Amino acid sequence: MSAHQPTAAERFLQGIIPENPIYRQLLGLCPTLAVTNGMRAAMTMAGAGAFVLICASVLTSLIRGLLKPHLRILVFTLTIAAFVTIADRFLAAYMYAMSKQLGPYIPLIIVNCIIISRCEVCSSKQGVFTAAADAGGVSLGFALALASIATVREILGAGTWFGLRVMPAVWPDWVVMVLPPGAFLTLGLLLGGANWIRAAREKRRGASRAA
Amino acid sequence: MSGWRDLRSGWLVLALALFFGAALAGVHRLLAARIAANVLHETLSQIPALVPGADGGAPVDIRGRTVYRAEAAGRTLGWVVPSGGQGFADRIDLLIGLDADGSTLTGLYILGQKETPGLGNKIIEEPWRGQFRGKSTGQPLVVKKGDPSSGNEIRSVTGATISAESVCGIVNQTVAEMQAALAQATREEPDR
Repeated sequence: MSAHQPTAAERFLQGIIPENPIYRQLLGLCPTLAVTNGMRAAMTMAGAGAFVLICASVLTSLIRGLLKPHLRILVFTLTIAAFVTIADRFLAAYMYAMSKQLGPYIPLIIVNCIIISRCEVCSSKQGVFTAAADAGGVSLGFALALASIATVREILGAGTWFGLRVMPAVWPDWVVMVLPPGAFLTLGLLLGGANWIRAAREKRRGASRAA
Repeated sequence: MSGWRDLRSGWLVLALALFFGAALAGVHRLLAARIAANVLHETLSQIPALVPGADGGAPVDIRGRTVYRAEAAGRTLGWVVPSGGQGFADRIDLLIGLDADGSTLTGLYILGQKETPGLGNKIIEEPWRGQFRGKSTGQPLVVKKGDPSSGNEIRSVTGATISAESVCGIVNQTVAEMQAALAQATREEPDR
């Protein structure tokens, strides 16, 4: 293990943009493609994901001294599954219509690689405060990524944002954008755009260093 | 001997399993009533669609299970029977609409399912579940790949035969169990 571990503030900031779980790590793409046809569904997924990620990270960090190397993945999965079930029941009780709309995607948070990767990379090795900051940053990054894709898809595909009409009445809804192909098109174009901006910035930085 | 070593290294997993189990039981105790109320509300709101002409319904206990009498102006027009069983991924819960004497299906609604998105979850869509409307309960329904040719056949769901057969199986079994009792309950009604 390396001597230097990132601090809580570094972990938090890294998770948002520089190591964004969707745009930089390409993790958790199944919910990203599936629930971004509208902002409501996307933000519910982001909220449920954040709850599970923060709770699982804090708990993993608390018991990190007790983890056995060969049983750690089992412990992570068990912890994540417990919190996912709590989130699922909570949605069924208080957001019943949304719970039905998201269907199996809430239980499927159990196999979301973003969460298990944070347990493996950060919370099983660092203290509770750092683990919570890391989970908060990554959750924010996940939410921003979902929001960016859902915004494009809902506005172009349904003419609305959070269900409110934002496009003029003459706008012909591009229905394909709220269907599965729209998810791939939007993610592909936004991902390409994000990489292009990053490459351009690195080039500029390299040029200014050389000068 | 290795058993003890496994237990020593695995005690954390066992302890966490017990702890999470207890926590989930607590969550269930807190939320179960509210979730049941949500399901009841959805069931009642579906009655007019499941039994055409009905403007509401009331729960009745028949043969040990809760069914819903679909009514219009105090007259029984049909029945809505909640039922469920194992699907491909998880439990499938259904609402089955039947006419007053239980001889014809008047509708089908999927109350809960976790079938594969894009394949098995097509069972919730109207084009598929609408096929059940108007089917006679005289003989069991069968799932057919391709176009149905006779009256008791239901078109399968491409790539999700198990989901389609589960739904048909649940409907057949529920009808077989309940039809006679429902018809009798309708006959015994005072104002018919």
